[in-house]
Amino acid sequence: MTMEDVDHIEKKMKLIDENGLRLDGRKPEDMRPIRMEVGVLKRADGSAYIEWGGNKVLAAVYGPREAHPRHLQDPTKALVQCRYNMAPFSVTERKRPGPDRRSVEISKVISEAFDSVVFSEQFPRASVDIFIEILQADAGTRCAGLTAASIALADAGIPMRDLVASCAVGKIDGVVCLDLRKEEDNYGDADMPVAMIPRTGEVLLLQMDGHLTLDEFDKAFGMVKDAIGGIYEMQKEALRKRYAVTAEEFSDQPEQAPPERQAPPERQAPPEMPPEDMEGPQ
Amino acid sequence: MDSGPARREIVIPGELLGGRNVKPGRGTFAEREEVFSSLLGIRTERYGRVGVIRLSGRYMPYPDDLVIGIITDRGPSHWLVNIKAPYPAALHPAETPWRIDFGDTGRYLEIGDTIIANVLTVDEIKHIELTMQDMDSRRLTGGQLVDISPSKVARLIGARGSMIAMLMDFTRCRLLVGQNGRAWIDGELKDMAVVSRAVEMIEERAHMMGLTESVRAFLETEYGMRAGPRPR
Repeated sequence: MTMEDVDHIEKKMKLIDENGLRLDGRKPEDMRPIRMEVGVLKRADGSAYIEWGGNKVLAAVYGPREAHPRHLQDPTKALVQCRYNMAPFSVTERKRPGPDRRSVEISKVISEAFDSVVFSEQFPRASVDIFIEILQADAGTRCAGLTAASIALADAGIPMRDLVASCAVGKIDGVVCLDLRKEEDNYGDADMPVAMIPRTGEVLLLQMDGHLTLDEFDKAFGMVKDAIGGIYEMQKEALRKRYAVTAEEFSDQPEQAPPERQAPPERQAPPEMPPEDMEGPQ
Repeated sequence: MDSGPARREIVIPGELLGGRNVKPGRGTFAEREEVFSSLLGIRTERYGRVGVIRLSGRYMPYPDDLVIGIITDRGPSHWLVNIKAPYPAALHPAETPWRIDFGDTGRYLEIGDTIIANVLTVDEIKHIELTMQDMDSRRLTGGQLVDISPSKVARLIGARGSMIAMLMDFTRCRLLVGQNGRAWIDGELKDMAVVSRAVEMIEERAHMMGLTESVRAFLETEYGMRAGPRPR
């Protein structure tokens, strides 16, 4: 038997069947199943893990911490820096490790999206570092990464105007569909990731490859906006789940955050220490 | 639940806390006359001002906090101290209990030394200054440092210091907890190991019910029913 040349395999693929269902049986407005978990990493200040269809994404947040190198520090606000990275095993053909043109771009757009929700003025000269690791990719990784990073930021106690939720929308076989999977992305007509502040409807990220007519765009945008509302609820749910019991027990503890100073400040009284411990050369 | 302390609700960044009738406090922001949370934490309200107590995150210094710091740098008339905040804190000779000549800082505190100090000021550009003028402030010698996340310091101290008192009673170690999430333990090696395991336990199970009881059970398996005078 001779080796077969694969080039003859047709690039076209039927993505929507006669019943109007997609490859995995979804309707055009259906999303893939999403599962998220907060606080999965111990060493990072905040972390989250998300499984979104075939995507598996880990996000970790450090900071606020001193920005390095020093010349990048901004005396008026914190830097929000993001690194989006795909694991070599995240795709079928081994991905050469390290930043490439695509991941540098994605890192940039994600940093900028978060820069507009984080209250960075509260941390001059500091930086908030977000790391997004794609463990397994199945289209829509930047949306999954953003969604995970957003709850990781909340987990890290970073002050923000709101969570950021994100989802992609696209066109396959001429039909506007939500949340494309790999085959639909590769052989479809258009793909448009969108990230928003769900509370206000502000758009933080919108990219598009392929073409949509204005009507299609309006339809797509409406669909993605609804989807983002749903993702936002899941994010809140994931955060609540992580912290629910903490709050329960917190109520029988004295208030630990110093209250606003009305009365003379009360300090935590340190346990009595023997005076002979007074150290230091005379 | 009516008689107990009010159950406090968890809020998430961007969550609405109130309208015109409340004022924004710590951990919140106002937008179009409405107040929203900027943090993940617990909602509090007093004197018509809503605030949010953080449940996670790095230590952010506030004046009067008792902190345990490590000297990271030294100049002729100042030290820089790591207090686990995003910024190093400065300590000036005038704020120490010693009379220090210019350039003589090294005789008192060297790089790597551990100190107990209080936060003196934190200004709007987050320059932090420490003071050692307090009675309890000093250089720490011996013992060990263990880290705990700053939001769990309250659990390590316990209600009115109950947790810390229990740890000290059982292990006969000296124990000092800084608000910045550092604890200093001094005692017998074996006892210090027990304390640091207990601290780890508190860190992991801070969110669980009956934390005090599980820590007590752990200490009792280590020591039996041991109660004695606190270490002097």
